[in-house]
Parts: sequence; C-alpha cells; structure tokens
Amino acid sequence: MALIKTEELTLSYENMTVIKDMSFEVNPGDYLCIVGENGSGKSTLVKALLSLKKPVDGSITFGDGLLQREIGYLPQQTNAQRDFPASVLEVVISGCLNSRGIRPFYSPRERKIAAENMERLGLTELKKRSYRELSGGQQQRVLLARALCATKKLLLLDEPVSGLDPMVTAELYELISRINKSGVTVIMVTHDMTAALKYASHVLCMTEDNWFFGTLDEFIESDAAAFMKGGAVRG
Amino acid sequence: MGEIIVEMFSAPVLVRALIVGVLVSLCAALLGVSLVLKRYSMIGDGLSHVGFGALAVATVMNLAPMAVAIPVVILAAFLLLRLSSNGKIKGDAAIALISTSALAIGVMAVSMSSGMNVDINSYLFGSIISVSSGDVVTSVILALAVLLMFVFFYTKIFAITFDESFAKATGTNANLYNMLIALLTAVTIVIGMRLMGSMLISSLIIFPALCSMRVFKSFKSVTVCSAIISVTTFVVGMFISYIADTPCGASIVCVNIAVFAAFSAAGAIISRRRG
Repeated sequence: MALIKTEELTLSYENMTVIKDMSFEVNPGDYLCIVGENGSGKSTLVKALLSLKKPVDGSITFGDGLLQREIGYLPQQTNAQRDFPASVLEVVISGCLNSRGIRPFYSPRERKIAAENMERLGLTELKKRSYRELSGGQQQRVLLARALCATKKLLLLDEPVSGLDPMVTAELYELISRINKSGVTVIMVTHDMTAALKYASHVLCMTEDNWFFGTLDEFIESDAAAFMKGGAVRG
Repeated sequence: MGEIIVEMFSAPVLVRALIVGVLVSLCAALLGVSLVLKRYSMIGDGLSHVGFGALAVATVMNLAPMAVAIPVVILAAFLLLRLSSNGKIKGDAAIALISTSALAIGVMAVSMSSGMNVDINSYLFGSIISVSSGDVVTSVILALAVLLMFVFFYTKIFAITFDESFAKATGTNANLYNMLIALLTAVTIVIGMRLMGSMLISSLIIFPALCSMRVFKSFKSVTVCSAIISVTTFVVGMFISYIADTPCGASIVCVNIAVFAAFSAAGAIISRRRG
C-alpha cells in the first residue's frame, strides 16, 4: 500500500493555482526526487504534504499506518537558526515531540531514540556542542537526526544541500542514501539534477504549467528530462 | 548597608514594588529568551508604546488604567504577531506604525485635557509609587502562569522557537503557543510599565536574553541564566535608585548595560581561548 497518494491534487499560492490535477504515489522504500524550476510550486507541495496547506481540490491520503505528524521533515534553514544557542542534544531530541503528550520532560525512551539517531549520523561526540558553532554540514546532520527522531518511515527533505560545499554535499547524499537503504522512504526537493539522476528511484518534475511523475528510467526517456537538462544548460 | 536594607523593607510601597518587580523581571526574562531568538524583540517595544497610549487615554477619560491597558495591549500583541508572520506590511514597519500611532494618540489625549502632568511622566519613565496592591496580585498570578507554562511546555517552547515549521509539521500547535507567549508578554509589559516606564520596559525582555546568549550555548542554560540576571539586575538597580535617589527604571537599565558589557567581554574571552 502506498505511503502517500495524491489524486487530482490542485494547490494554490496567494490565490494563484500553482499545481493542477497532480497525481502521484510514494511507496515504502522509494527515493522520490522532486525537481523543478523556482516558482513551480515545490514549496507549496511540501507544505501540502505536511498538512500546513489545504488543497484547493483533490486529495492527499496517507497509507501504511503513516500519520501526518510522523513525517521526518528537514526544512530549509533560516538565518535565525544559524546562531541559535542550543546544544546538539536539545535540537535532536526535539524531534521526539510528536510522539508525546504534555509531560513536561523527556522520558528515558526518548533520550534513547535521540542517542541512537545521533550515533547513526556520527554526532555522538558533538552532542554537548552548541549548534551555532557547527559547520553547515554538521548542522544539516543534526537536523537530519532530529527528523529521524520524528519518523521511522518517511523523510521529507527540502533542499538539504543548499549552501554546502561539494565535498560535504556528496557526504550528505551518501548518508541520505544509506538511510534510504535501511528502509526509510525519502522524498527530496532539490535543484541538483545530477543527484536526482544518481540516487532517485522516482522523479516528480515540475515546471510552471505542467508536471511529470514516473520512475527514474521513465523520466530519463521523457521530454521532461530533456527540458530540465536544457534548462540547466541555459540557467 | 544593613540599615538601608531594613529601612527599605519597612516601607510598604517599596516592598510592593520589590515583589512586583522581581516577578515581572522573572517573567520578562523567560518570555524574552523566546522573543529575542524568534526575532520578535521589537514587538515588546511596540507593545509598551501601545500600553502608554492606552494608559494615557484611560487616565484622561477617568477609567481604571489597568482594565483598559491590559485588553488593548493583548489585542495589539495578537495583531503584531499576525502582521509579523504574514502580511502585506512587513513586521518591522508594522511595529513602527502601530507604536508611533499609539504614542501620538496618547499624547493628544493628554494635551487635550490638562497638559503633561506628573501621572503621564510616571507612565513614560516609571515610578515605584504607582504600584498598587492590585498590581501585586496580578503580578503573582502572571508569574505563576509564566512559570507553569515554562515547566509544562518547555520542550514545545524550545521547538517552536528553534524551528517553527518543523514544530508545525510534527503536529505542535505553534500558533497556540505563539498566542500564549504574546498574551503573557502583553500582561508582563503592562504591569512592568508602572515600575519601569513604557520607554524602558522592553529592556527587561531584551537585555537578560542577550547577555546570557553571549556566554551560554544551550537553550536551557540561556533560559536559566536570563532569569537570574533579570532578577538580580532588578534588585541591584532598585537598591541603587533608593540610595542615589535616581529613577528606578533608568537605574535598572543602567545595571543591565553594565552586565551586558561584562558578559560580552566574558564571551569574547571564552571564544578566544577556544581558538
């Protein structure tokens, strides 16, 4: 059964329709890359998947026991965050918030989940360090660990490598790929066609007035791929 | 020294001011950490001007000042929060717009009645005599509300302060907590204005958080340190104002400036040592 299925989804941004009648589905284990031009509605789609925005028409259904609040979301970083006084542990464990009620403090179980995810991403030695002292790549790993605390099934990454240098970018892609192979479904919004072609199992390609969804092979054969490559050369 | 303290505590006015001040400083510091980190510091400043306008109008119209100011400032807080998060006018411009409007209305109201009298001056720069026993009750309730909120929702407050979009995505009702913080900030400002004056009250919100961020590196330590700085600077400032016969609010802000300088220096030394 599909984890996420959209049917005839129509979304608008400031009263303008940016996505019309979009249908696609994400199955367990998939690695879906959402690529497209600026202004093609990628961010609006992400908001809709997180239920922060209501569809104008059509539906988004979650299956396989996935709850909306169990999506491990990695937002784009804001400037305010970069100099935020918080320890790595404080940030990572805040990913556990969705599974708790109003108890005031974190339980040992939540501390264990946070510790496991820090170990998984090689952050254990940094756990007492301050978030604002870390490099851009380390900060992204911290946010990824936090996202993993929030989910066992699905990661939704919004341009995770923007602002990182090529070496760190490659490392982060490898890490995400490893997480995907361990059974976590990944949806990644990206500008980076090379990465999409290398890692994705499925591609959702969005342009200003159209969209394409299919497996990686179908995408490579399609007009959309030619268009995107053309766009990349032109851009 | 000891005699002076005994003398201070024998005056009921001073004891009231001390109780209200300590509680208000505590609340302002706790709320301030979140407001400063979310880049909402100017909201505090804007609200204090709205508070001035409301108090001035209430005085001129012979209404109970607090009963008018608290709801008006709460409304303004919700409005500013909305304007800052989404809106056609940018947040900072909206705050400037609202605060100058409120000031102007307040000044007009005053000048149409009897001209600048002592009361208005005390609204602008604070006066310990204006603290009533009603203020004591309100500030105790307020302090309890803020403390309870911090203990119970500490983890959520951290989450929405650090990353509101993640918090929303994982099912935290960020708007509710933002409203709660705005509400408590509004009440803190109105009560604190009596002591600190509307021109100076936002210092109680901003200084402690900024000072502790210079030195401390985790959210918890910044929060705890802000609370300590805030209460300490208030008590020291009030003491100085009593001995040197200076205005209470300004004395407290000056102590805060000194603490800020000290923490900045300490922060610079610590980071240089680390390389």
